[in-house]
Amino acid sequence: MHSHFKKWNPYVSPFDPCPPLNVKYYSTPPNLYIGFQPPGLPQYPNASEALRSGTLWPALYSPYPKPNSVEGEEES
Amino acid sequence: MWFYEKKLLYPVRVSTCNPMLAKFLLELYGGADGELAAALRYMNQRYSVPDRLISLLTDVATEELAHLEMIATMIYKLTKDATPDQLKQAGLGEHYVNHDRALFYTNAAGVPFTAAYIQTKGDPIADMYDNIAAEEKARATYQWMIDLSDDPDLNDSLRFLREREIIHSQRFREALEILKEGQ
Repeated sequence: MHSHFKKWNPYVSPFDPCPPLNVKYYSTPPNLYIGFQPPGLPQYPNASEALRSGTLWPALYSPYPKPNSVEGEEES
Repeated sequence: MWFYEKKLLYPVRVSTCNPMLAKFLLELYGGADGELAAALRYMNQRYSVPDRLISLLTDVATEELAHLEMIATMIYKLTKDATPDQLKQAGLGEHYVNHDRALFYTNAAGVPFTAAYIQTKGDPIADMYDNIAAEEKARATYQWMIDLSDDPDLNDSLRFLREREIIHSQRFREALEILKEGQ
């Protein structure tokens, strides 16, 4: 399972006018890793949950904005 | 041909009177990475691609039209009761003087839609890579839109639309694999 976000540390100059953003994140959705979708991939247990997620398959779901729980998550 | 179902693909609710969000949403309506550009791009590519990709392009183009309808609903709801002064405050004064509250295919900066946004090279590999890029750009645009919006109901619909772009990208990535293998 790959992480949904990756982080990096932009260069911070002592002369930057705004307070620095020390960590930046970017989204890495599952479609980057999955290749052909395997047959028989498990689906959400009910239709309303699938509709709210925007996909039938939890393995293709990508959260946004970054949930706080993945703060500091390392690349897997 | 198409059959029309008289409901939205996913519910659109707007909880705050904030016409500025309508201005930003125009990027997803008539912008380069918006839903109109996506729908027209795939509908147009259908004719010249290898047979196995035609139905995929039809399906995705059709869904993009359903997304376009959702974005139109959001913009309409955010502007229909706004006063001219509120629209001016929201940066939509230029829109109002030309169109009143009518929707028009422009991007967030008011630049009218152009067919130059739609890439079709006629080479299936080039076009599928370009479609994947278009879906990722649409995903990113939804992300920046969610970042700008503090309306939880609107964001719920926007998160749905962002996820759909991820699924479309997945399907185009699979289409590329089909092309690599040959018919």
